[in-house]
Amino acid sequence: MFNEREIAMIISGIGETLQMTLLSTVFGYILGLPLGILLTVTARDGIRSNSFVYKIIDVIVNIFRSIPFLILMILVIPLTRKIVGTSIGAEAAIVPLTIAAAPYIARMVESSLKEVDHGVIEAAQSMGAGVWEIVYKVLLPEARTSLAVNATIATTTILGYSAMSGACGGGGLGDIAIRYGYQRWQPNMLIVTVVLLVILAQLIQMIGMFISRKIDRRRVG
Amino acid sequence: MGEPIIKIEHLDKQFKVKDMDVQALKDISLDIHKGDIYGIIGMSGAGKSTLVRCLNFLEKPTGGRVIVDGKNLAELSEKDLREARKDIGMIFQHFNLLMQRSVIDNVCFPMEIAGMKKKQAREKAMEYLKVVGLEEKAKAYPAQLSGGQKQRVAIARVLASDPKILLCDEATSALDPQTTKSILQLLKEINQKYGITIVIITHEMSVVQEICSHVAIIDHGNLAEFGLVEDIFLSPKSKEGRKLIYQGYEKVAEMKGKRCVRIVFSENSSFEPVISNMVMAFKSPVNILYANTRNLDGVAKGEMVLQLPEDKLLAKKMTAYLKNAKLSVEELKDYV
Repeated sequence: MFNEREIAMIISGIGETLQMTLLSTVFGYILGLPLGILLTVTARDGIRSNSFVYKIIDVIVNIFRSIPFLILMILVIPLTRKIVGTSIGAEAAIVPLTIAAAPYIARMVESSLKEVDHGVIEAAQSMGAGVWEIVYKVLLPEARTSLAVNATIATTTILGYSAMSGACGGGGLGDIAIRYGYQRWQPNMLIVTVVLLVILAQLIQMIGMFISRKIDRRRVG
Repeated sequence: MGEPIIKIEHLDKQFKVKDMDVQALKDISLDIHKGDIYGIIGMSGAGKSTLVRCLNFLEKPTGGRVIVDGKNLAELSEKDLREARKDIGMIFQHFNLLMQRSVIDNVCFPMEIAGMKKKQAREKAMEYLKVVGLEEKAKAYPAQLSGGQKQRVAIARVLASDPKILLCDEATSALDPQTTKSILQLLKEINQKYGITIVIITHEMSVVQEICSHVAIIDHGNLAEFGLVEDIFLSPKSKEGRKLIYQGYEKVAEMKGKRCVRIVFSENSSFEPVISNMVMAFKSPVNILYANTRNLDGVAKGEMVLQLPEDKLLAKKMTAYLKNAKLSVEELKDYV
């Protein structure tokens, strides 16, 4: 069904997809987590309410979230060239993927942290905890189950984006699907890449849910 | 008596709700002394939770002063306020434990904030868990505990910051009567053992009766009356006070204006059969409409509502007779 070269290509495609997805998720969190925390802390009912800071981040996040991913990829080509040296390939795709993921992740983090019971925050304040202590000793640990669930969703979403990046010079399974499956019309190539993407999404979902259950102490027993 | 540990002076608190000012607290002044167990009672929405949050500046008052342990909270920098809060513990209706931390780690929390070494914090936490009787639950998580146990953990957590004052915001309202009793007992022990001043917010008169030395009654953001629990129990002066004390007089509306008097007697005056002596002395029957004994801070107090004869002079004489027997007598009026 596939020759050796094709099999090698598919295997390296899996590797590239995983590399793009996981690295973009990590970089996305490096940018998005602090933004999400800032959004939560500076919100109107936040522990250090600051409508000026909130509005600025809010607008930036909204702008980046409303740009379609493929267009974003083209828009950031100069930046990608500066950082990676090229705008083509799996590594280059990490730049636009991270930029697309960060605001999305910021919103996810914001919604997770908002779930933390206000009473618990109040209790920490009554004990003399400062803003930073509340963030890393109360908000983040208490929201960890929700954060893990949302990280799973974010990762699978980025997996989807990484496949899309194939349309515009990205690497990985998406690139193979487009070049071989679509442009050369090799249905077997199309099917195998789609199946592999589905399996990857399933795996990410399973691992994520397993972790989020594992770290949750709110269940009895 | 010395300086009060908490001095509230002309406290005002306004909230802005959609461009409308809501006055939550109006000109409240109150002194709370070291070692007091001070009850603040009122119906829901009276402003008592706001008042207690003004005592540690979780809510900032819009007027007046709050002086805690000699420090005017409004004048403190943010850092000093956080330091001051370490002396003011607080427990809550819904316990507010960290659900993702084990019991012992919850108790360690305030010590972590204070920068204590982990090992030392754990040792101290174990001691405090012993005080509240939960040392065998140290490794459990809050979700595995009952309501009463959760509140005990919250109390251990408060003790860990070694506070001078403990604020209780409806701390027993989510608990059943039996558990409420045991938590109140524990609070009393803490008050005596560590000399911690306790402020208890509640809507239940029974909580005030059970452990409080003083009580303040809050009504629609106003301080209706305040004083020793015993004095207010004997003769509530405000309308709101009467409403709270007369809770349980089911037919109180019918008693109004019908020469009904409420008498209160304590242990020593209950040796003598006052009522039957009075009936024999005046040769005229009285109608007993209500009778009850209540436990007031460990002292049994009996209360009774009597309907006196229609003859005005006779009724007056009977009242004098009762007063002479060292009973507290007051006419029931304008209830509700």
